[in-house]
Amino acid sequence: MKMNVAILSAGTIAILFILALLAGCTGTAPGENVTPNVTTTAPAAGANVLKIATTTSLENTGLLAELERVYERETGMDLQFIAQGTGQALDTARRGDVDLVLVHAPALEKEFEDEGYGIDPRCIAYNYFIIVGPEDDPAKIRNMSAVEAFRTIAIAGMNNTPGVAFVSRGDNSGTHAQEKALWKEAGYNYTTEILDSGAWYVDAGKGMGDTLILADEKKAYTLSDEGTYLSFANRLALVPIISESTELMNRYSAIAVNPAKYPNTNARGAADFINWLISDEGKQLIGDFGKVEFGKPLFVPLYAPECTGPPFNCTCAEPVPTPA
Amino acid sequence: MNGNPIVEGFIEAIRLIVSLDPQVVEITIRSLYVSLTATFFAALIALPLGALIYFYEFRGKHAVVSTLQTLYALPTVIVGLVMFLLLSNIGPFGFLRLLYTPGGMIVTQTVLIIPLLMGLTVSALSGIDRDKRYTITALGASRLQTIVTIIVESRFAVMSSVLLGFGRAISEVGTVMIIGGNIRGATRVLTTAIALNTSMANYSVSIALGIILLAVALGVNIALSLVQRR
Repeated sequence: MKMNVAILSAGTIAILFILALLAGCTGTAPGENVTPNVTTTAPAAGANVLKIATTTSLENTGLLAELERVYERETGMDLQFIAQGTGQALDTARRGDVDLVLVHAPALEKEFEDEGYGIDPRCIAYNYFIIVGPEDDPAKIRNMSAVEAFRTIAIAGMNNTPGVAFVSRGDNSGTHAQEKALWKEAGYNYTTEILDSGAWYVDAGKGMGDTLILADEKKAYTLSDEGTYLSFANRLALVPIISESTELMNRYSAIAVNPAKYPNTNARGAADFINWLISDEGKQLIGDFGKVEFGKPLFVPLYAPECTGPPFNCTCAEPVPTPA
Repeated sequence: MNGNPIVEGFIEAIRLIVSLDPQVVEITIRSLYVSLTATFFAALIALPLGALIYFYEFRGKHAVVSTLQTLYALPTVIVGLVMFLLLSNIGPFGFLRLLYTPGGMIVTQTVLIIPLLMGLTVSALSGIDRDKRYTITALGASRLQTIVTIIVESRFAVMSSVLLGFGRAISEVGTVMIIGGNIRGATRVLTTAIALNTSMANYSVSIALGIILLAVALGVNIALSLVQRR
């Protein structure tokens, strides 16, 4: 009995020490209990679930819900969208936690493909980023090009011009990447000259919807994708100040996670879904989305051969090979 | 959205609840399922361990109990982060494919509330009157009989600790956002849905879900006071 007590106590202490180390390993014990339970209630990682990391701008417009509704009815595939910024979405895919990504930052996408994590990129659609701001336009940027406007806002902001502020996504999303590119073209070093350069520059660290609401509260300028802005416009006092400048083109792509890196991803489901997105049916659905609700489509589907030339330079028509 | 968004949101919220809006119902059921299951597994693990700590004397017992009490306030995002690193496909338990599934959320909430349940179990057992314990022994009870009697005596205090654990699980947003990913129709629960709908300016849905979450918390509280009155 005494021996028994000693062993039990030692065991308890050992378990507690593990618990103290941030409860890491005890996770496996319930894990094994839970796994069979879960596979019966929700197919966790089967061939009929497709996990997609995507941008907050696509989620916030409601396009994904529409695609999910139609695609699930047609194929029975369970689409599961995880809305993150483009940077985070690509990282999720790099770890093999999803089967494909829907993103909008060409430079980051190229990195992702060059590292061998992403295969079969297809551009799906585009719209424009817009610079939105308060109606009275305190920095007087109306009718400027996007780069001029950014330069003007920065100068006004750093001179503490009253009423001039800029809200940044600050979350390494596709929109944030575009914003950084514009600061660069305007002649600024983003990290040293823009970030922390004063109260005029607000780093939100949030999704597109949150950022628009924040900019609206602060009567500040911000860069938004057109789709999210239109779907929020009736709740905002912000108006588009600059739109449809070629510097502000916003291209969305679908990229599958390379099954050679992660054999346990649903490569077949990813290929099928990309092929559906670039099919006439998928493009029609995307092109029609928002027409009724907002009076104009939120996204313009890309067709060959237009997509292969500048400013798009991408593949949008050839079906991707379906893995066996 | 003209007029007062709070009032309108509230009216719409009541309508959503009364009409049993399928989206609201589904999210509520999932929230209850995840947190109840997590509480069940956590209790299964934590109650015996807590009893072990209480009934056996060992070196460092005091330190263990203090550590547990510190972990009551374990920040949910830290548990979320650690479990995320463990459950991600490249992590040591990635092969289980639990990230972004309800199963992963259950495992994580289980881990989150185990220290709370263990610590509160120790307190509940300690709460039994010393005189009562002497009486039990004086009446000639064996060691096993003593243990059983103390456990039976403290059952209501242990039950309230389980309810508290459930309250912490269902109301937290940190781990379920990181581990679940807030996937519509798969891992979206009350708290993450409130965060999302607020970010989309759907305040009425947020308010409706908030009312439900408060109702659940109120229910837990009522149950707690009923248990404690016994």
